[in-house]
This record gives sequence, C-alpha cells and structure tokens, in this order.
Amino acid sequence: MASKPQAPKPLENLKVLDFCWVAVGPQTTKYLAEYGATVIRVESSKRPETLRRAAPFTGGVPGINRSGYFANYNANKYGITIDMRHPRAKDLILRIAAWADLVTENFTPGTMESWGLGYTQLKEANPKIVMFSTSMLGRGGPMEKQPGFGPVLSSLAGLTHITGWPDKDPVNPYGAYTDFIGPKFAVTAILAGLDNARRTGEGIHLDMSQLETSLHFTAPLMLDQAVNGHGHTRMGNRDPNGAPHGVYPCLGEERWIAIACFNDAEWQVLAGVIKRLGEGWAGEERFATFEARKNSEDDLDRLMAGWTSGWDSLELMHTLQAAGVAAGVVNDTRDLFSDAQLKHRGHFVYLDHPEMGVYATERSEMELSLTPGSLDRPAPLMGQHTHEALTQIVGLSEEEYRSLEEDGALE
Amino acid sequence: MPRIFPDKSGAAQMLLSPYRVLDLTDQRGLLCGKILADLGADVIQIEPPGGSPARELGPFFHDEAEPEKSLFWWAYATNKRGITLDIESSSGKGLLLKLVKDADFVIESFSPGYLDGLGLGYSALAETNPSLVMVSISPFGKDGPFADYNAPDIVGTAMSGFMWLTGDSNRPPVRVSFPHFYLHGAAAGSTGAMLANAHRVLTGEGQHVDVSCQQAVARTLAHAPQHWDVEGNILTRNGVYRQTAGDSLVRTSWPCKDGFINYSPGGGGAGVAASTRALLAWMDDEGLGDEFLESVDWEDLGYGQMRSEIMDKAVDPLIRFFATHTRAELVAGSVEKRILLFPVSSQEDILAHPQLEARGYFKELEHPELGITATYPGLFIKDRDRDTESQRMGIRRRPPLIGEHNREIYQGELAMSDGELSELSAGGVI
Repeated sequence: MASKPQAPKPLENLKVLDFCWVAVGPQTTKYLAEYGATVIRVESSKRPETLRRAAPFTGGVPGINRSGYFANYNANKYGITIDMRHPRAKDLILRIAAWADLVTENFTPGTMESWGLGYTQLKEANPKIVMFSTSMLGRGGPMEKQPGFGPVLSSLAGLTHITGWPDKDPVNPYGAYTDFIGPKFAVTAILAGLDNARRTGEGIHLDMSQLETSLHFTAPLMLDQAVNGHGHTRMGNRDPNGAPHGVYPCLGEERWIAIACFNDAEWQVLAGVIKRLGEGWAGEERFATFEARKNSEDDLDRLMAGWTSGWDSLELMHTLQAAGVAAGVVNDTRDLFSDAQLKHRGHFVYLDHPEMGVYATERSEMELSLTPGSLDRPAPLMGQHTHEALTQIVGLSEEEYRSLEEDGALE
Repeated sequence: MPRIFPDKSGAAQMLLSPYRVLDLTDQRGLLCGKILADLGADVIQIEPPGGSPARELGPFFHDEAEPEKSLFWWAYATNKRGITLDIESSSGKGLLLKLVKDADFVIESFSPGYLDGLGLGYSALAETNPSLVMVSISPFGKDGPFADYNAPDIVGTAMSGFMWLTGDSNRPPVRVSFPHFYLHGAAAGSTGAMLANAHRVLTGEGQHVDVSCQQAVARTLAHAPQHWDVEGNILTRNGVYRQTAGDSLVRTSWPCKDGFINYSPGGGGAGVAASTRALLAWMDDEGLGDEFLESVDWEDLGYGQMRSEIMDKAVDPLIRFFATHTRAELVAGSVEKRILLFPVSSQEDILAHPQLEARGYFKELEHPELGITATYPGLFIKDRDRDTESQRMGIRRRPPLIGEHNREIYQGELAMSDGELSELSAGGVI
C-alpha cells in the first residue's frame, strides 16, 4: 500500500516479540500494533495455529492464509516462521529478545521454559525485558496446565451460570467470551510494566489468569456470595431494578428491540408514547408503580411484545429515544456493518489482503485525539516477513539469515 | 515527564506509583480507575456530596440498601481514596481545576457534552494542565447519530450485537444476567489511558481518549462479524449449541449428575483432538464407549468444521456418560486426562476453587466500621518474579467512605484551613 503521512503513534518505539496465538493474545498485541508498535509474531508453518485453520474463510474456501478470524486479530503485525524445536531456535529467539522491549505469549504454562526461553533466560538476554504471559488459570497451582479456551472458561468463571432463561439450561455468553475481557486489562498492565521499566530499568514478568481477570466482571456477585451467602442465577432479560426490562419482537423475521425503564418517571414517558399511539393498557393502575409492574411483569412483557410487534425496530428505537426512553435494536452481525453509529466511528476498517482480497477488521474502541492509531497492513501470510523482519528489523546479516534458512530453522 | 508524588498509600514501588488519577465516573466507569489503582496509581474518586449514584446499586451488605453497603461500590471503588465535590457549583469547579493541575489522568463517564456544559470539558482542563490525559467513557462515543441515546446495559448490549448471538433459538436474544456493557468500556478506558500516557512520556503532551462501549462489546463477538464479511453468513444463537461456522454447530453445555458442565467435542490442533480422544477412551474404560465416535478422524477436523452427521451422533453417548458422573468427578478426570471440560460454576463454587486458593487470589479486606472482613476478588494480574511482599501491584485499601479523604486532600494537599473546609461543607460543595 502507498504510504501516507500519518499522525504520530504512541507506541512507535515499542518492539514486541509475539508468541501469542488464538484469540486473547493476538487481540492484546493487535492493540499494540494498531498504536504503532513493531510486532513480530512467531509462527510455525509445520503446526499452523488454530485460528489459521478456523472458519470463516474467504469465499468459503479453507486455506492457512484465508481465515477471517485470523486476519482480524493480526492486522499490522509482521509474521515470521521459526521451528521452535530446531536446535538453533533458542539462540535466535534470544537474539530477537535482545532487540525487543516486550515478549508476549499465551501457551500452556511451562512451554516457553521447555524451550529454554522462560523469563529467567529472556531477562539474561535483556534485563529490561517485560514478559507478558496469559493462560487459562495462571501459573502455578494444581491446574496450571489444564487446557482450555474462552468458551469453556466462561463456564468456570461463573458467566454461563448467569446466562439464559430460568426454565431452560444455562447457555454460554456467545463465543470465547472471556478471551475478550482479558485484552483490555492486559494492555493496561503491559504498558504499566513498560513504563515502570523505563523509569526503573527493571523488567517484569506479568502472569495473567484469564479466570482471575474475568471475575472482575461479576465482582459484586462474588462479594454477595462471600459476605451474604447469596447465590445468583440466570434471569433471562429481567433485572431487579427495571420493569419493563426486556427484548421484544418487531415487524419482520427475527427483528427485536430492547426496552428498559428503571423508575416510574421513565415508565410514565414510555406509557405516554404507548397510549398516544392507541393502546390504553399502558395507563392501567396495575402498571403504575415499580412494585406493581414487577408483580405483573409477565403480563407487562406480553402486552409490550404485542405492541412492539407492529413496529419496525429501527423506527421504534428512534421514536422511543426521541421521547427519552431507553430502547435499542438488537443488531445482528450483518446489521453491525450498517449501524449508523459504528459507521460514524469507523468501527470496521477495510484492508487489502493478497489472498483474501478486501476484508474487514475491527478498530479499537477508543479514539485518541492526538495519536489516533491506525490499521493499515493486512494480517501476514504464513512466513511473509521472515526475511524482512529478521534482517531489516532485528538486524541479522544476510549470511546469518541464509544459514538459518538452510538449516531448516525458519519453518 | 510525570512528577513523582509524595506517596501516602504504601505504593511507592508499584508500576504506576508516580501517577495520580482523578476519577469522576459513576457506575458506568468505576472499573477503569480500579484497574489503574490495582497497578499502583493514586486514584482519587470524586463523588457528588452525599455520595456516588453507584452506591445505590445492589446487592448490599446484609441486604441493607445504604450507601456504605453497596457491594457494587465495594467491588469497583476498592483501592481508591474518596472525596466529595459539587463540580456544578462555582467554588467546586475551582477546586476541581486546582486538583487537575497536579493530576495525570481524569476519567469521566458523564453523558457526552455534560462536562463541556459546565466549562470542564477536555479543552478547559487542558488549558489548566496541557499534559493531562482525559478519558471519557460513554455508550457510543462523544458524537455521532446515537451519541445521546439513553443506553442502559440491555440497550447497549443489544446494539452491540452480543445479544443476537446469545440465548435459545426459539426465544428472544438474552444478555448476561449482570450488566457488562459499561464494564467493557471502562476496561478499555484504562487501555486508552495508558496508550495516551505512552505518548505523553515521550512528548509531554496530553490528549483526550474517547471510548465507545458499543464498540468495546462489538469486539467481543469472536469471528461472528467476519462470517458475514467474508462468507456472507449471519451466525445466530443456538442455545446450548455454538455455531462455529455456517453449517457447523457444536454443543457446549451439557447436563451431568449434579448440574452442568461445558465441553465442546471437536478436533484439530491445540489439544482439541487429543482432548476428544481422551474423553472417548475414558468412556470406553467405563463401558460407555462409542465405535462411531472413535472412528471419526478428529485430527483432521479443524475448528469450525464440525459436521451435523458427527455432532448428532455424539449427543446421546455423551449425555449417557456425563449423566453417570458429578461435576467434580468430570473435572478431576479432565484435569488428569487433559480434556477440555470445565464445570458450569456458580459464584459459590468459584470461592472454593482449588486453583484460585493455590494462587492466593482472593483478598481479605477489613471494614472496621462494620466490624467485618470481606473476601474480595483479587488482582487481575500477578507480578511473577517478586515475592508476595514486594509485588509491584496490589490491593491495599477498602473502598472509601463518603468524603473519607476530604481532609487529607483539601487540607493536606490544597492547604485549606479548617474554616475554609467547614465553609465548603456548609455550602454543600463537599
């Protein structure tokens, strides 16, 4: 792509040796790459990582360079291949670690150590190095090596238990949910660790347990259990402080709107809109107070659903929001691409990929007024930057590079 | 360069010790400052006189709905100091600007435009302190067509795409039965704060960080948006099944003898095929093996490639096997055999989890006013190369009482006299 003048990026000086794979790690280092860091991601061409083999694939045709899942999380990174079991791999990694400020990894604890590349060795190569390790359950303890992914971890973290309908089996929050809680905490801690290293000259090994981080998303419930002995369970869309509080059907197939009122004043506004549009039930005494609405919530939900089902979801959202009522359409995954607000924010960025063509990747959720960051390079093909990154960025000589290549270390 | 503040919180050696944060957020943004405080920043929570609206949120200690007993407040205000200040009054504004002069970060979660209306928006604060990083956390960001929309959790979560994908196929979309919309935005706020700080330490320049919670949640949908983008498939919710690709459904939630467990049959790398093989061998050992499942080429079945002819035939044998075991038995066997199986845990189960105990996760904090010690979720990350005593992050304070540190800040730092302080108090400013 043609280079264009850009605003400065806050992490322009940051150099990252990245072993992260699947979702939580690559999302973490994607933030760094978006904001200017040089991220060299190590892969194995002999054992392509899970996401390279994960749907969706452009045009539905599988291929290690065609996964939209992988392409989203690895934009802006340099991709190199190293056979970590090769006898020369360890020295090569230590050489890159001497170049880097940060090493990131999310293997099962013990993997880096099995290569002779634990924090102790990395620190010898580079005393200021910050190492970020994240795993399902953290380092140490009886279960450190328990394998897992976000989807199962959501259950261990107590989130599945509180998701779904009370009369049905619990369901997982969609996807590898806890994989997407971690990265925001992770980047904060990494940048704090790097800032500390800048000030003190001392590195740090950060050890993040996805379980432990995720528990901050239910912390009040954890406290309720701990201090009061109160358990919580799934409530569908009900909320102890709201009525109505739910998702209701609209015109068309699978179109829905979320509506919520948290006090009588908010309900009066909503009831006013409903009555004005011809439905008298909204003025009934049995719905007049919060307690009354809670006592008649099944009836209230039924009547609400009857009323909303005659509406186009977007039109109803705009109508209710204009009156100040909390209402929002349930966007499906296609709707996200046409959502007026996400478009305004430039949520999806389109990159041109040599095998996939133009694909969408997600920008970070924040706008920095002075140093906005950008996503401008597609995810790497397998081994695309092995030569470029090792020679031009890390500084290996052509001779060293050729020797490693001929020895089969760069596969 | 950031100044080194006199440290009063025993955090001198922590990752973010030199930094001061003024936290103006309510329940929508409290987590942001909490994350920074856990890493050692000096976070001063600024509440309106009478206390933060977050204190009205339950659950409550002993179910007593009082401002000092909100467990929501406890969870997300821990590790901060607390002062009260009416930023809408003119003397309150003046005091805030004085505090801003010596602050590194201001975090806020008011409706977009509110602080501008008070003359306390980013440009006004930057005039006082050009190095300031200000973080705003709002449902949709500071401008745009929906920026002023009223968006409690369920509305924001719906608009972010999360609900569409979660729940049973024959019911309305559902949310997690605990609000997450703003927590995602607040956590991203801490990321933005540190990104902006990285620029500041190089240049001395501050800036404004504008976080959209809608985008934060839209980024949690794994590969679902990409399915639309590159294959034209709209993935949807499927109850106890997860749609991993257009025609690929994998069951994730299963009943067992005493509750539910989470297990996804599947193949491919990252130990998934090995996990499936280990489970099938275990079933076989107990006389509940299944020839068809053992004949499947799991090693070649990548993520998102499960086919219904396999999944359909897996359900009955797996349900039969799981029904003969409790969650504890299934988990113990899975740890030993490296099977990707986890319990569907309740909050009660989590408090007793052996791994959390072994890592010393939970943190006991004393609440002397209540005569109790409460068990809190611990640090979100650990300092692996330091012993427990010298860690560079830590939870060191219970949540502040209303106005608890007024004297310490207003007199200790702004050098106000007793008279001035009581005047402000009488005037309802603090």
